[in-house]
Amino acid sequence: MSSKLKSKPEFADRTWRYFVISVPYVWLLVFFFIPFLFVFKISFSDPIIAQPPFTPLFDWSKDSFDVFLGTLDNYRFLTEDNLYWLSYLKSARVAAISTLLCLLLGYPMAYGIARAESTIRNLLLLLVILPFWTSFLLRVYAWMGMLSTHGVINNVLMWIGLIDQPLKLLYTDFAVYMGIVYTYLPFMILPLYANLERLDLSLHEAAADLGARPFQVFRDVTIPMSLPGIIAGCLLVFIPALGEYVIPALLGGVDSLMIGRTLYNEFFLNRDWPLASAVATVLLFILVIPMMIFQKYQVTTSDGPE
Amino acid sequence: MKKHSVFLLSVMAFGYAFLYLPIVMLIVYSFNDSRISSVWNGFSLRWYEALFNSEQIIDAGLLSLRIAAISATLATIFGTLAGLALTHMGSFRGRLLFTGLIAAPLVMPEVITGLSLLLVFVSSEQLIGWPENRGTVTIIIAHITFSMAFVAVVVQSRLSSMDKSLEEAAMDLGGRPFRVAYDITLPLIAPAMLSGWLLAFTLSIDDLVIASFVSGPGSSTLPMVVYSKVRLGVTPDINALATIIICVVGLGVVVAGVIMRRQEKLRLSEARMSG
Amino acid sequence: MTEQEQRQSDQKKPGVEPDKAPWLNKDAEPYIKIETLTKQFDGVTVVDDVNLDIYEGELFAILGASGCGKTTLLRMLAGFETPNAGRILIDGVDMTHIPPYERPVNMMFQSYAVFPHMSVQKNVAYGLVKEGIAKTEINRRVAEILELVQLSDFKGRKPHQLSGGQRQRVALARSLVKKPKVLLLDEPLAALDKKLRERTQFELMNLQDQLGITFVVVTHDQEEAMTLATRIAVMNEGGFIQTGTPHQVYEFPSNRFVADFFGATNLFEGEVSRVAGDCMHIQGDEYNEALKAQLSPEIEKGEKVWIAVRPEKISIAKEPVEGERVTSLKGIVWDIGYYGNLSVYRVKTEAGKVVQVSTQNQRRLAEGTIDWDEEVYISWDASSSIVLTE
Repeated sequence: MSSKLKSKPEFADRTWRYFVISVPYVWLLVFFFIPFLFVFKISFSDPIIAQPPFTPLFDWSKDSFDVFLGTLDNYRFLTEDNLYWLSYLKSARVAAISTLLCLLLGYPMAYGIARAESTIRNLLLLLVILPFWTSFLLRVYAWMGMLSTHGVINNVLMWIGLIDQPLKLLYTDFAVYMGIVYTYLPFMILPLYANLERLDLSLHEAAADLGARPFQVFRDVTIPMSLPGIIAGCLLVFIPALGEYVIPALLGGVDSLMIGRTLYNEFFLNRDWPLASAVATVLLFILVIPMMIFQKYQVTTSDGPE
Repeated sequence: MKKHSVFLLSVMAFGYAFLYLPIVMLIVYSFNDSRISSVWNGFSLRWYEALFNSEQIIDAGLLSLRIAAISATLATIFGTLAGLALTHMGSFRGRLLFTGLIAAPLVMPEVITGLSLLLVFVSSEQLIGWPENRGTVTIIIAHITFSMAFVAVVVQSRLSSMDKSLEEAAMDLGGRPFRVAYDITLPLIAPAMLSGWLLAFTLSIDDLVIASFVSGPGSSTLPMVVYSKVRLGVTPDINALATIIICVVGLGVVVAGVIMRRQEKLRLSEARMSG
Repeated sequence: MTEQEQRQSDQKKPGVEPDKAPWLNKDAEPYIKIETLTKQFDGVTVVDDVNLDIYEGELFAILGASGCGKTTLLRMLAGFETPNAGRILIDGVDMTHIPPYERPVNMMFQSYAVFPHMSVQKNVAYGLVKEGIAKTEINRRVAEILELVQLSDFKGRKPHQLSGGQRQRVALARSLVKKPKVLLLDEPLAALDKKLRERTQFELMNLQDQLGITFVVVTHDQEEAMTLATRIAVMNEGGFIQTGTPHQVYEFPSNRFVADFFGATNLFEGEVSRVAGDCMHIQGDEYNEALKAQLSPEIEKGEKVWIAVRPEKISIAKEPVEGERVTSLKGIVWDIGYYGNLSVYRVKTEAGKVVQVSTQNQRRLAEGTIDWDEEVYISWDASSSIVLTE
């Protein structure tokens, strides 16, 4: 006798399953995935003074096979004009250095929080997250004030006597580094903390007590075991920092043109949508592999000890 | 007592000071009676006055609040569904792409997301006439799209640490999957959903780049207004705005902390009673 | 042991009347029938082609170490896992692919899984609400069952206000109130301390007797299985090694694994050297004399066997015991363990084998108390041992 499943409840179960999966899936496909296809498509168009300001890609009216109107001009332009590939390199360099600085400051902090007693641990974490709840734009703006010639930092340095003249700190690469590290520090600390908290750090320190030099234990045991957290944190900083717009725009100088700014300017100032799309497409291609690595580590750190 | 390394403590002190110094500066200088916000000229509330007189800022603020509330709510719903899909629905066709679609918005540079959405809206307007005018609706759509990924991560993490046998017990007692989700799962992930909502709300109210791309005339959000003002230099009424926001957030956190502490105390005393 | 022999041995034992042992009745239909059930995870076979019959009203125990597949088997009975092959029939109906919320089977989880956000009343009523029963009827049945598990005063409390034992009773009440045909219990006594465990054991047995529900218990604790169960199935690496009453598996294990599983056993390896009367003589390297065991027609001379003797069946004395059917080995007392009610001696025989002997401390000062390093003789009758070929 085969199992006699009533068809009505099984239908309800299947419908529920279908609903739960497809609602977010379809939304993301339509509003996240397909837009990238549009970016890709429009990167092959020419800019024109019209609404929308780019030529159509396919001409179905012609009765021939010569339908594809696209052009590689935009991409050719990217490779020819120095501005662009310099921007990509610059962005990569700034993002990489900022990530490193974030790691150097963030790792000890995450370690300290993970080692703290559980009563104050939550408080410490909260203090890390709290700035994040206040406006990001306003905090970058705060740095504008602090780094200016009359700002706090210059005032303090002059007061101590280290310098006579105020340093030009604002609108420099240094300011951009400060801004990025400041804004992205919580993003580095949180995945690191999540990872470190799961390790039994007292064991590591006990090993150090028993004769192995503390630094050795740290280097050979702690760091490798916190590697997934390190990778997740670094990618969580590096990838968005690469395409960052606001911080370079407000804190950076004219010469520190990062790719996010380039894209924004191309789009809003030059009204060259196809070129901006080409810039975006290249940036996406550069980021695909880091993003895939991130996805792999993000899954492993969020699933926890299975 | 654990011995704390001096190095560790000093790095942590430096780190926290680093995080909070700009915030303190914002607050201090919001009371500065001077246009050049870095030179102290006496205590004054004139910037707060200027702030409340600025119709532009107040309108933008209200608009941002509305957009944030709507997009956070929808993002929480979609994000929770996504979290459920990833943890409870086992394997399904296209699961790998789905996980990618959930992970990508977490790191995608905002200029790319903004640009891509705008291109879609423009092309769609051409093809089917919608959206006719970019504005509040398009901003809400954009915010939902990237916020739901964050909510999904928060919900997913709570779901995977939840005791699976609770849902199995409910099924064993006769609950069908969607009833179990409503009776058991939802109440238990409610705190995570609330965190997700707050996170989505913050992301929305804070967003500058994406809103710049997909908004239209007449729909300037608060960050857009603030940005256009500060781009040219420091303007102290923004300090006043910042201080107000910081105080509201700080107050919210304190209240939440007190409530949670009281709940925890209640639970501990009950547990002790039952022995 | 063949089925016939098993039946014969059962009938010789006192206290097992044929009508109380449905598995002996050739015409009885098993309530739960597990046929060639197999389950694999990632290519690893966790449940390997098992067959089992459980009869109505039994308190059946599946006993095995962790990792042997018993929990997976239980979950397949509940409906949380689908087998790769085989089927499960309950009361004649094929339930193999029916989801858990449609089976007349309820499970009590190891973690109890009491819903933390609902009161005791709501927890217990949950299953009935899902069945769509009228509210007044629900309240009546819930009150009834709470009375039975002695939790009536707690019905408004939340789970975090209850102790572990109380939470377990909530879980129990929650399942029983639905009047299931079968109740599955996953390690029900594992989380309890010793005193509570004993009390709960008897409570479970009484409940089962009163309500007449078929219980299937999964456990790794052989003491638990022996006390609770009407029958035990010993499981290892995905398969059943032996199935029988507690008495059967303890006194008549079918192989060394089962013999060793239930309490301590002494195992002597050797070869059948000759047959004398109704005894077999076994010789081996670990002991100097021949061991005498009950004659078994299937075992041939020269065959390799193991003699299993339980420590409580061996006597320890300063003089040897004579007898044609008696084995008496000389040795030195190597170690003594005093447990209050009994003493356990470890005796090292001349050839080096250490034998465990346990005796009840019947007198406060035993005459001729045996002490460390004393020379003793350990003896047992041929019928106290069992011959194993695997």
